[in-house]
Amino acid sequence: MRPLPRPTALSRPFWDGCLDGRLLVQRCSSCARCFFIPSVFCPHCLDTDYEWVESSGRGHVVTYTVVWRPPTPAFDPPYVVAVVQLEEGYEMFTNIVGAEPDADLIGAAVQVRFHRESEEIALPFFELAPATGLRP
Amino acid sequence: MRSRQAVIVGAFNTRQARRLDGETSDTVTSAAIRGALGDAGLDVADVTGVNVLPGLDYQNGSRKFGYAMGIPYFWAGRAMPGAASVLEAATAIEAGVTDVVVLAAGEAGIHQDAASTAPWTRPSNEFIECWGLMTPAEFALSAKEYMHRFSVDPAKVAHVAAVIRNNGARNPEAVYYGRGPFSAEDILASRMVADPYHLLDCATTAEGGSALVLTTAERARDLPGVAVAVLGGGSESWGPSYTHPPTYERVGMLGRDAADRAFARAGIAREDVDVFELYDNFSWEIIRYFEAFRYCGVGEGPDFVAGGAIEVTGRYPVVTDGGTMSHSHTGESQRIQRVVQAVRQLRGSSAANQLPDPRVALVAALGDVVLLGRQDSR
Ligand SMILES: [Zn+2]
Repeated sequence: MRPLPRPTALSRPFWDGCLDGRLLVQRCSSCARCFFIPSVFCPHCLDTDYEWVESSGRGHVVTYTVVWRPPTPAFDPPYVVAVVQLEEGYEMFTNIVGAEPDADLIGAAVQVRFHRESEEIALPFFELAPATGLRP
Repeated sequence: MRSRQAVIVGAFNTRQARRLDGETSDTVTSAAIRGALGDAGLDVADVTGVNVLPGLDYQNGSRKFGYAMGIPYFWAGRAMPGAASVLEAATAIEAGVTDVVVLAAGEAGIHQDAASTAPWTRPSNEFIECWGLMTPAEFALSAKEYMHRFSVDPAKVAHVAAVIRNNGARNPEAVYYGRGPFSAEDILASRMVADPYHLLDCATTAEGGSALVLTTAERARDLPGVAVAVLGGGSESWGPSYTHPPTYERVGMLGRDAADRAFARAGIAREDVDVFELYDNFSWEIIRYFEAFRYCGVGEGPDFVAGGAIEVTGRYPVVTDGGTMSHSHTGESQRIQRVVQAVRQLRGSSAANQLPDPRVALVAALGDVVLLGRQDSR
């Protein structure tokens, strides 16, 4: 089984949101920009006031790679490691599920799909958004 | 010349091999230090500063080795091994902070689990590990994006790996000596690791140690070997590794400002460089360096490196010992190997692929750049 995150006090709201089927992100109370991974201050303006808000869970693939030689036998290749940029402007690592290994995914519209991995953890995978095609 | 000019007076690699049975990170690292001091004609008692990374002991390696070497009080460098630690040590020497510095790293006996990739390639933080990321996937992300953006023929990237592996095939000190020659087609025919990287686009893994000794040009005048001056350098980071997405937008120009500063400090031009000892952890990175360092325009790198340009007979020879792809890759000390090979080229003592009378070498790893020049050339 793949290694699962061990939430910290800082990241707990994110992982609790995933269990709820909600992709949460920190939004700076000062400049209103969203940021990820969890941080105690806004990387855009350094303000320490933020709130957790729900992302649309929609975005596009900035880049990706199809992994054929996994780091450990816990992973079942081939699988797609991607960088997705969410509509709120922040980026995150994820796996794209349900895509053909030879598909060209750069720029593809995707949406979050949670998968329950354990009692405590659901992971935010992404899948191709239906019938939207490539973003302009 | 500066009043205190930092120079490299010792450079040494231990034997490198897939496995060095009976060795540990500490034994290969200490052997490398002995070798480099011997090459310099100096003794442990002469050493006033260290930056040593045995195995993966990032926290305490320098202090552990400084103490173990019996130096009562020592300057301890903190930069990563290779171009970065050379620049840091040279800066300290030129500022009068310390006089004789040993830089070393080595690894043996750590990568034992054949079912998994090397331990230093497997990040463990909570937003990375669950996605099956490891070093080749991390570096594949920017390469994939670049190749998509500029519609790059994969054979042009594979050509880089073929050139470097063929350098190593001719080097009797390389772990993969005699393995070759390779064509771009051979690289593309190897199994895929993390698209666009095939097995032969990637670094290998091996064991061994490497070390350098730096001091002042004044001190070097009394030493037997040819000194190599640190002409200039620069150092850039973009963020913690395996934490934030390394998109092309984010990492593509890593090292550009470092190179600009290195050339400005050295007072030389791009075209004055005779040999390019670049960190070849993945094939496309070599193309990235030439673009980031302004040797060609962005998107022009695949054509820049084509043909014979980066072969040892070309105008821009790269990685002349075979690098991480063929010579050796130990986790960290391979970045010191780039400096060792540059020094040996400039001294005319390369084990293979010796260039005719090179005077200036560019050494780079990720965002760290140093320019080295044979002392008699200044
Ligand atoms: Zn802010």
